[in-house]
Amino acid sequence: MPNPILVVKDLTKKYGDNIIFHDINMTVNEGDTDVIIGPSGTGKSTLLRCINLLTKANSGQIWLDGEEITAPGYDEDEVRQHVGMVFQNFLLFNHLTALDNVKIGLSKVKKLKDDQAEAKAMQELDRVGLADRAHHYPGQLSGGQQQRVAIARALAMDPRIMLFDEPTSALDPELIGEVLEVMRKLALDGMTMLVVTHEMGFAREVSDRIIFLEKGSIVEEGPPEVLFYTPKFERTREFLWKITELYGKKESDS
Amino acid sequence: MGSVFVILQRFLPEFLKGTAVTLELTAVGILLGFALGLTLALMRAYGSKPLRIIAIGFIELFRGTPLLVQLFLIYYGLPSLGLTLSQSVSAYLALGFNSAAYQAEYIRGAIQSIGESQMTAGRAIGLSRWQTIRFIIMPQALRLVIPAWSNEPISLLKTSAVVFLIAVQDLMARGKRAASITYNPIGSYLAIAVIYLVMVFAMSALLKWLERKTKIPGFEMETEAA
Amino acid sequence: MDVGRFIQYIASGTAYTVSVTLIALPLGLFLGLIFSLLYVYGGKVLTRIMSIYSTVMRGIPPIVLLFILYFMVSGNINLSPFWAGSISLGIVSSAYQMEIIRGALLSVSGAQMMAARAIGMSRMRAIKHIIIPQAFRMAICPWSNEAAIVIKDSSLVYALGVPEILRRAQLISASTQQPFLAFIVAGLIYFMLVFVTNRLLDGLDKRMRIPANP
Repeated sequence: MPNPILVVKDLTKKYGDNIIFHDINMTVNEGDTDVIIGPSGTGKSTLLRCINLLTKANSGQIWLDGEEITAPGYDEDEVRQHVGMVFQNFLLFNHLTALDNVKIGLSKVKKLKDDQAEAKAMQELDRVGLADRAHHYPGQLSGGQQQRVAIARALAMDPRIMLFDEPTSALDPELIGEVLEVMRKLALDGMTMLVVTHEMGFAREVSDRIIFLEKGSIVEEGPPEVLFYTPKFERTREFLWKITELYGKKESDS
Repeated sequence: MGSVFVILQRFLPEFLKGTAVTLELTAVGILLGFALGLTLALMRAYGSKPLRIIAIGFIELFRGTPLLVQLFLIYYGLPSLGLTLSQSVSAYLALGFNSAAYQAEYIRGAIQSIGESQMTAGRAIGLSRWQTIRFIIMPQALRLVIPAWSNEPISLLKTSAVVFLIAVQDLMARGKRAASITYNPIGSYLAIAVIYLVMVFAMSALLKWLERKTKIPGFEMETEAA
Repeated sequence: MDVGRFIQYIASGTAYTVSVTLIALPLGLFLGLIFSLLYVYGGKVLTRIMSIYSTVMRGIPPIVLLFILYFMVSGNINLSPFWAGSISLGIVSSAYQMEIIRGALLSVSGAQMMAARAIGMSRMRAIKHIIIPQAFRMAICPWSNEAAIVIKDSSLVYALGVPEILRRAQLISASTQQPFLAFIVAGLIYFMLVFVTNRLLDGLDKRMRIPANP
């Protein structure tokens, strides 16, 4: 029996008259990696931000681990501890070393003792292969390394689900591989993940399900082999064809 | 607040005379400061070593000491060296010298932001060093400096208020007189504060307009990296 | 009167100048910090109020504001000119320091706040642990400028009769008939105070700098 970690029901977001997305329904099961694809400007990033409540949706409901986090009065800060988020531009804290970036949530939010927080942070850095860069500042790390620290920072909170918002699209081509590798490993380790990306290789290889979002609503969803080879809609085929054309070359390069 | 209005009404002709003096001080200070500041900036950017040292010394000394000290040095100090100046001339000189130090730094910043490449380009077409400075660099620098420089008139207007301490009859001096006549210092100083505010707002609107007028799209000084 | 005693007399005013600065500057910092936080994070009404405070306070000459505040402060509480003047100068400086800190807070981008919220920090915690430490570093340089201004503006309390450097210089210039020398000495002392302060803060800036931060 699959265990749903994240359930989204009829979620709608608009700015004024401008509808970003509407009536989104999706379920992410424990241990699954689901990938959201779609043209830019279709509200994929906003959807992720709504899921961890960084942005407020206009209507609809979200359940995390069976609890409705959109219920009035629900503690948002508590929710975000259980939902890890990785941003396109890394957003490391510029004044803190790699280690302290990972540690600060543990000591200031989870209130761990200093030595415990440090040990745990070190362990997470090790998990993304950056234990030897622990005392470097963000400015001293490559983009790929910064993104891996950002992943470690999110993992340190022991989230129930990890959200990735185009984690490789700000990276130089030669740095994409190391980040995808970390994500692939996480998926294999059984982390529940929801990923917005244009990396079709990753989607095909790692994901359990692909969700195609266009103009604010879900066009089609299904296992990668179905979506890639026998999509129901012409639009899906067209988009996949275009995106593979665009990014496929980059992938084979790296 | 009512008393502020009463004082404003009663002393308005007085205050307006003071306002004229204040504006005059600011205008003379800015013009003198610009002429001297431009010279200092050129000395500092392109001068020989002794000229550079003189410019740096002047700029640092005038930026590193209070205007009041400079004012007293000129008004009370110079006579003992045989040079006696009137109150207004002392005030003009102190404000002008003080402002020159700041204006020099604004202009130097603009010159620096233009960089060496324009000098190279000028020399490459056969202009002399001074010709390049005069016809290529300065026209650009003086346009670039406007946004930063536009703080200076407002700043000088405000700092000019200390010259009442050598009995120049500016707006502040008239405020002080009103305070001693009415025994209401708070009301009197608030009244002139209102006039200063009006002047500052008007001047800042004027400078913004000037900034817009002289702006060349896409040609701006790099905003300092925050 | 020999030159040594001459200089000594003026220099003894330095204690007052330094004390006035050491009261005004931290007071201005404290108020400026609170006001700038209210400005940036306080919501619409507070932002409006703080913006008006800043515009009005910075639109009035410091000496005029000093007189207004001095008479307000000393009219309500029985304070010496030294204290009333120092507190007033601190309030004058608060508006300028508020703008410095506000600029620094805003230059730490909203994205840093979002990243902090994303790992479960509350708004207050994010401000304290993520925004302020970074803003603090950015504010050091412009703040050093403001410190120099407060040192120089401390000469304004001369007008209230506080026996600081300038007042001493004036007294001795009257009694010795050597005004030029008196004000040159006063100027040099101010210059050294400003110079040393800038150097100290410059050192702090270098020490606090984040390696390789753009």
